[in-house]
Amino acid sequence: MRILVAMSGGVDSSVVAALMKEAGHEVIGATLQLYDHGAAVQKKGACCAGQDIHDARRVADALDIPHYVLDREARFRAAVIDDFAATYARGETPIPCVRCNQTVKFQDLVEMALDLGCEAMATGHYARRVEGPDGAELHRAVDPARDQSYFLFATTRDQLDFARFPLGDMPDKAAVRAVAERLGLAVAQKPDSQDICFVPEGRYDRLVAKLRPETAEAGEIVDLSGQVLGRHEGIGRFTVGQGRGIGVGGTQERLFVAAIDAPRRRVVVGPRAALPQAEVVAGEVNWLSTPPEGPVAVQVKLRGREQPRAAVMRWDAAATLLRVTLEEPNIAAPGQACVVYDGDRVLAGGFLRAASSAMGAIDRDGAAA
Amino acid sequence: MALYLDANATEPLRPEARAAVIRALDLVGNPSSVHGAGRAARRVLETARDQVAARFGASPAEVVFTSGGTEANAIAIAALSRGRRVLAGATEHPAVLAAAPGATLLPVLADGTLDLAALDAALAGGPAALVCLMAANNETGVLHPLAEAASLCRAHGALLHVDGVQAAGRVALAIGQADSLAISGHKLGGPKGAGALLLRPGIDLPALIAGGGQERGRRGGTEALPAIAGLGAAAEAADPAAAARLAPLRDAIEAGAEAAVAGAGAPRLPNTTSLVLPGVAAETQVIALDLAGVQVSAGSACSSGKVRASHVLAAMGLGAAAGSAIRVSLPWDAPPDTAERFLAAWSAMRARLSRKAMAGAT
Repeated sequence: MRILVAMSGGVDSSVVAALMKEAGHEVIGATLQLYDHGAAVQKKGACCAGQDIHDARRVADALDIPHYVLDREARFRAAVIDDFAATYARGETPIPCVRCNQTVKFQDLVEMALDLGCEAMATGHYARRVEGPDGAELHRAVDPARDQSYFLFATTRDQLDFARFPLGDMPDKAAVRAVAERLGLAVAQKPDSQDICFVPEGRYDRLVAKLRPETAEAGEIVDLSGQVLGRHEGIGRFTVGQGRGIGVGGTQERLFVAAIDAPRRRVVVGPRAALPQAEVVAGEVNWLSTPPEGPVAVQVKLRGREQPRAAVMRWDAAATLLRVTLEEPNIAAPGQACVVYDGDRVLAGGFLRAASSAMGAIDRDGAAA
Repeated sequence: MALYLDANATEPLRPEARAAVIRALDLVGNPSSVHGAGRAARRVLETARDQVAARFGASPAEVVFTSGGTEANAIAIAALSRGRRVLAGATEHPAVLAAAPGATLLPVLADGTLDLAALDAALAGGPAALVCLMAANNETGVLHPLAEAASLCRAHGALLHVDGVQAAGRVALAIGQADSLAISGHKLGGPKGAGALLLRPGIDLPALIAGGGQERGRRGGTEALPAIAGLGAAAEAADPAAAARLAPLRDAIEAGAEAAVAGAGAPRLPNTTSLVLPGVAAETQVIALDLAGVQVSAGSACSSGKVRASHVLAAMGLGAAAGSAIRVSLPWDAPPDTAERFLAAWSAMRARLSRKAMAGAT
C-alpha cells in the first residue's frame, strides 16, 4: 500500500521508512520543518533547516523513496510553542510532545497523507497499535524503557486507525540500531534527541519569558499557610514537584513546589510529604475505549518517566472530567498528562487540572489577606 | 516517464549546449595563457561572448560572465546603487531583493504588471535612483512594461537594471534602454554554473573579486569555460520565435484546468502559467502531482526544499489564495501531448481534493 512515513532524521523513523520499504510498500517520506533551526541556536547564517532534515533527506535518498520537507513553522508556533508559553503563564507545566503529536503530526500529517492517497501513516513512536474488536487500540511498547504511549494519548480513534507504529514490537533500542546497521543507514549510530526540540540549549525559561513576559515577573514564595518565605524571579521557572533552585534558605526541611498561583505570581512550597495527592482530575479527555458508567480499577501514569500505578477511575460525563483516585498518593503537576491504562492498553487520557486542595489553601489565605 | 514542467527552475539542456560543453571540456588551455592552448580556450570564450551579445543586443565588450543569474544581479546592483537609492518591483526574485535589502518596493497591479504611476511618483519624490525590474516574473510569467519604465527612468535620471533571467530565450529581450541586464545559462537551456551581466557602454563595474583581472577587470577568476561555452550555444539556440509554439500548450492547460490563472490578463511568457486552486495548499498539489509523475513547483523553494507562500501572488493581492497556486512552466522541448498528460494528473488530484477545494472556494 501507499504509506506516508514521518521522518525526523533520527534513527527510529529512518528504520521505520526502511522497514516499510523492505515490506514492499510504496513509501513516501515527509519531514516537518517545525522551527527555524538557525534562529533556535541563534547562529547567524545557519540554514533554516537543521542537520535532522538533511539526515532525513539522505536516508530517503538511500532508500530511493520520494521525500518532502513540509513547512509547518507557523502551525508549530501557534499549536505548540505558544501553548508551551501560555501553559507556564497559567502556572502549569506544558507537555509539548503531546501537543505536537495531537496537532502537527496526527492531525496535519494524517490529513496530508489522505490528500496524497495514502492508506496509512507510520511513525517512529514506541507504541503498539493493536486491532481490537472495536477497532484500533493503543498499547504500550514491548520495551517499557522506550514506551511512548503516554505521549500519544490524545490521538483520536480515527487517527489511531490510520497510524502504524512498527517500532512498538522492538525489544529495545539496540535492536532498532541493529536494523539500521543491517540496512546500512547512515544514522545508525546517531545519538537520541534530547529534551525539547525547539529549545536546543535547554534554557526554555528564556523562550517562555520572551513570549510571555509575565512569566518572568518577580513574586513571592509562600509556605502552605501563606507565610512569605522569599521572592522568586518568575513563575516560568517553576514546576509542581520541583525541589531544586527554589532559592529559599534557612528552612529545616528541604522545600518543594506544591502549587503555582499564576494570577498572584505566587509559588507555594512545602515539605515533600505535603505534595502527593490521592485525588487527581484531568480535562480535555480523549477516549480510546468506551467510557465506563461507574468506577473502574485501572493503572495511571502522571508523568512520562514513571510506570503505571494502581488507581480507580471515574468518568464524570457531565463535567467531561476524568476523576482518579490513586491507590498511593502521587505528585501531580497541572498541565502534564494523566493517562489511564488497563494493563498495556491506553483507555483514555487528559491534562491534569490544578489540585483543588492546594489551591483551596491559597484561596483561604488570599481571602483572609 | 515523468513529465517535467518546471522549466523556470531549470530548462532541459539543449543539444547545441551539450555539444559545446563537451568540446570545451577537452580544451586544456586557460583563456589567459599566451600559448596556443590558451588561445584555443580564449577563442571559445569569445565565441560565447559574441553569441550572448548577439542574442541580447549588447556589445561583446560589455558582456561579463558570472556564475549565474544571482551573481549577475548582485554585482549589477552593488555597482549601480553606489550613491543611489534603490527601487525594486514588489514581485522581484529573491536574488534581487536580497541584493538590495534597503530597497523601496514598487507595487504591482492586480495582473502583476508594474504600477507605472507608482514608479513615476517614486522617482519624482527623491534623489537619484537605481530601479530594478524583472523582464518576466518567475512564478507567473507576467511581463513588466519595460519600455515605459525605461522612459520614466531616463526622464528622472535613474539607472535601470533588468533581471532578464526568465525572459531570456522565451520572448524578445535586449538591453535596449536599460543600463544592465542579467541572464542565466541554465534558464536558457545551457548548463548550470554560468550567467552573464550585460552592460550599457560606459557603465563602470568594479570587481567584487579582483583576482587576476579577468573579464576586463570586472570579475576575477579563471572563466568556467565549459559552462560559458554552453551558455553561448544555448543563447544562440534559444530563439523566442520557437518558444512561441509553447503558448497553445499553455492555453490548453489553462482551458482544461478550470482554475483561476494569476496574471491571466497581462502580457506573459508563452511557457508559464500560475494555476490557483483555492483551499488546497500549493505544497499538497506539488507533492500529489509529483507522485503522479508530473513535476511542477510553487512559490520560491528555499534550499531546504520546503514550499513557502508566494510573495509574488501576495503582492498581486491574492490574499490567502497566494498559498494555493502552482507554477507550471513548459520546457523548450515540451512534448505535444503535454497538456493532455498534465490535465489527466491534475483532474485526478482535483477529484481527490474536491472536498477541500470546494470548502476553500466558499
